[in-house]
Amino acid sequence: MSTLSWTTFAAPSKFERLASALMPWLWTLCLIMSTAGLYTGFIVAPTDFQQGQSYRIIFIHVPAAWMSMVLYMAMALWAAVGWAFKVRLASMLARAIAPTGAMFTFIALWTGAFWGKPTWGAWWVWDARLTSELILLFLYLGYMALTEAIDDPRRSDAAGALIALVGAINVPIIYFSVRWWNTLHQGASISMTAAPKMASTMLTAMLLMTIGFWAYAFAVVFTRTRAIVLERERDTQWVQALVNGRNERNGHKE
Amino acid sequence: MSTSQWHSLSQFIAMDGYGLYIWGAYGVTLLCMVIEPLMAGHRRRQAWRSAQEMAATEQEEL
Repeated sequence: MSTLSWTTFAAPSKFERLASALMPWLWTLCLIMSTAGLYTGFIVAPTDFQQGQSYRIIFIHVPAAWMSMVLYMAMALWAAVGWAFKVRLASMLARAIAPTGAMFTFIALWTGAFWGKPTWGAWWVWDARLTSELILLFLYLGYMALTEAIDDPRRSDAAGALIALVGAINVPIIYFSVRWWNTLHQGASISMTAAPKMASTMLTAMLLMTIGFWAYAFAVVFTRTRAIVLERERDTQWVQALVNGRNERNGHKE
Repeated sequence: MSTSQWHSLSQFIAMDGYGLYIWGAYGVTLLCMVIEPLMAGHRRRQAWRSAQEMAATEQEEL
């Protein structure tokens, strides 16, 4: 048996096998955790004494906002690794993360607007938290537009890595914006240094939804990475062997 | 609804008048999170088919 190290799955062929095996587990985890999170959030968790029922948007808003930031950092990291060390799979992962990150950024903004309207009386305000999150959406879209516009994969990955790294400065700005500026947006829901300000059932629901969203992100990003791997490596021997293998198996069944 | 906080389905949907905001937020989130995996899956199947076609033409050439 070959030895397992941190570079083992850097080979696209190994990644393809691993990701394909993980897929049903990730989707199962996503469904179980999201269902449990929604049940806890809507049936178990009580009404908020300040915000009434509208606070229930938190169970998707905060996990989506967390994912939008975490995915950006992951995208920048893999883009940088792919660029600096010429690891093909790392660049492909970065490319695969961008649309999912952009989608979670959009969800964070959308659910935020639907929470802001009943709470503040406005769908949108130019507050530091909201504005920096909107910039994050533009960074994702800019990264996607730039990388799609350049046909040569290596040049495209390099240009993408540059914009991803420069844009990464925005993520701590989003995170600390509620502390650095006097924002309309409320402070952090969870802090490492203070006891949670929320009821424990609300916190549980939010964390269950977060695990569900994590599983979703892994599943979708891996699916898209598998697509990119096939697109870029379809003329290699291992891909041809892979698709032929499935061909033969299908042939026997028929 | 098992607990005492919801007495009927209509009360649950109304969410004390916040129904539009809550379901507007959740509905769009659900829509996005259904469409995105379908698109990613479609892209993968297309890439698979095009790799198969490429493999088939190369075998014919041999």
